[in-house]
Amino acid sequence: MIKGKFIDNLPKVYGIYTGGFLGFIILMAIAEQAGMSAKMIGIFFVAFTVLIYALIGYLSRTLQVDAYYVAGRQVPTVFNGMATAADWMSGASFVAMAGGIYFKGYGYMALLVGWTGGYVLVASLLAPYLRKFGCYTVPDFIGTRYGGNMARLSAVIVLTVASFTYVTAQINATGTIASVALDIPFNIAVYVGLASILMCSMLGGMRAVTWTQVAQYIVLIVAYLIPVFWISNKIGAGFFPHFMLADEVARIAELESQFGLGTVKNSAADLASVPKGLAGITKAHSDVNTTPWKFISLAVCMMAGTASLPHVMMRYFTTPSVKAARRSVGWSLFFIFLLYSSAPMLATLSKLSLMDPNLPTGIIGKSIADVQAIDWYQNWNQANLMFVSDFNGNGTLELNEFFMGGKAVVLATPEVAGLPYVISGLVAAGGMAAAMSTADGLVLAISNALSHDIYYKMINPKAETAKRLIVARVLLVIIGFAGATIAALEIQGILGSVIWAFDFAMSGLFFPLVLGVWWKRANAQGAVAGMLLGLISGTAYLVWVRNGGAGFWGVTQLTFGIVGSLVSLVSMVVVSLITKAPDSATQKMVDEVRVPSGKTVLGKQH
Amino acid sequence: MSKQAQHWEKTKNLLFITLAIWFVFSIGIFFFATEMNASGIKPFGYPLTYWFTCQGSLGIFVILIFWFAGRQEKIDEEFGFTEREDD
Repeated sequence: MIKGKFIDNLPKVYGIYTGGFLGFIILMAIAEQAGMSAKMIGIFFVAFTVLIYALIGYLSRTLQVDAYYVAGRQVPTVFNGMATAADWMSGASFVAMAGGIYFKGYGYMALLVGWTGGYVLVASLLAPYLRKFGCYTVPDFIGTRYGGNMARLSAVIVLTVASFTYVTAQINATGTIASVALDIPFNIAVYVGLASILMCSMLGGMRAVTWTQVAQYIVLIVAYLIPVFWISNKIGAGFFPHFMLADEVARIAELESQFGLGTVKNSAADLASVPKGLAGITKAHSDVNTTPWKFISLAVCMMAGTASLPHVMMRYFTTPSVKAARRSVGWSLFFIFLLYSSAPMLATLSKLSLMDPNLPTGIIGKSIADVQAIDWYQNWNQANLMFVSDFNGNGTLELNEFFMGGKAVVLATPEVAGLPYVISGLVAAGGMAAAMSTADGLVLAISNALSHDIYYKMINPKAETAKRLIVARVLLVIIGFAGATIAALEIQGILGSVIWAFDFAMSGLFFPLVLGVWWKRANAQGAVAGMLLGLISGTAYLVWVRNGGAGFWGVTQLTFGIVGSLVSLVSMVVVSLITKAPDSATQKMVDEVRVPSGKTVLGKQH
Repeated sequence: MSKQAQHWEKTKNLLFITLAIWFVFSIGIFFFATEMNASGIKPFGYPLTYWFTCQGSLGIFVILIFWFAGRQEKIDEEFGFTEREDD
């Protein structure tokens, strides 16, 4: 059926794959009608998709260094865009984002703006130049541009802190979904998730991760869009929700005032009876509910963090050319846009379905006893994601008496809106794909930095290919297990640690990366000072605020990157200027990086 | 000025324009969030600030990157710095 080289057949291969996946959904729908249990459908969805990824990972195995580190630099623009989108959109984007918008409204949407706007910085400031450089990892760029092991080592430290914070959250998310879908305890599910992640990346490195990520993108976007369009059509809100939900947004605002949002407050004693992690609606849906600085500072941190996170940057090392790297950033953002622009629509549909008394699914204003008798309420109450309580004793459910977990907006809405269970199974598979693809990229970013930059460049530069690749794989497994072990402890929530990862990356890497291309005078001493002082000051600020410190400039524990990156910028410029300018060879290297044509700065095999 | 210096000059100018547009839609307009929502301008019927955070800014970023890539390719072509396709 497929002739010739794999790369030339990509549209066909993934076309068949997408068709096969849609066929599988239909098959499951038929099985549901035939009486297959909800539990079995969930297991089939998650197990089937994970097996496919593992198969792709196995087929992409490689014994070549440049295939392992940069997928042989032959990933076409559009496919690299899809892979980056999957790499980028984590369990947090898929499972938690619509929930965040549902509960916090405008203040939360700074994340939408920040997580997309950052790509403009990636495209214009960094990606094409790093591609021209021809490096395998981000510390590889820092180490060669500035020269010296100290710069390389500092970059590895920042990368590891940021990516490791991020990856524990992702392994946590795979564990959560695997434990719900496969019905196994969380601390075992975490290792099941880890095993699936390693199966995708261990044998083929970047090449395997690339092709599984494309496959995972297709699953996650199908799983996100089908429910949004279906619900919108089902409640008659419009066949294309993105352009047609204005009336629904206005209707929510009307219901909010009708139900006394913000005027009826719960007492502390009442709130204490609500299970941990659940929240009620306290913020208006479409009003501006936060100060400009709070919104903007969060958006700025997410944007600069996007441009500093190594697992995203290294995706652009895999394109065939500098031109392709630039265009590929555009495609990445397009594919991300498809999901991100749908999240607010899902939040709107979910909220309206629950709130509007004119809809059969609306529960606000119904009697408490009736709500407690609804099937889906009982299921999600048992899963600890929904809760009602008659605080004022009038027997009727008020808006302030309904509580839900953030994840429930994505996971439970299909069931609330009366969609068949097959859609819920699909959503679980999508969430699994989102968390796995990001975890893969992160684990690979860390282990590649350790194997290439620490082992090969610093410890044993004479190591042969086979030995380098063995070290890379051993490290991959170690990093994965370390991540899973910490994830099993459940220290922080998923979303909080994701935001921290951005702040860490921004504190240590943003200015050293950008100035490496855009400021010739930047030297090794300056870069080391920038990376280390940035990371240390950012971390110190976080610890201080976490322990009750007052903070300054309105910078919170979610935006500590502002402090870190400012310290990084100032120290980098000052130290660079008071020490010697980089030698002429380095200056020439920077000139070369700025011209797209010609050979890469680093050789093909290095 | 050498060919390479001119190329870099033009590249820098393009960067500034790109970052200026980026700044307006990622940071600038959100200083006026309350005013924009109250302005009565309603794209697709949504309140203005709400629309920008859901779709507007996001969509503009997508278009901006493709526009930027196209312009940069033109600059590279002008100076003969385009990569060979078989590279």
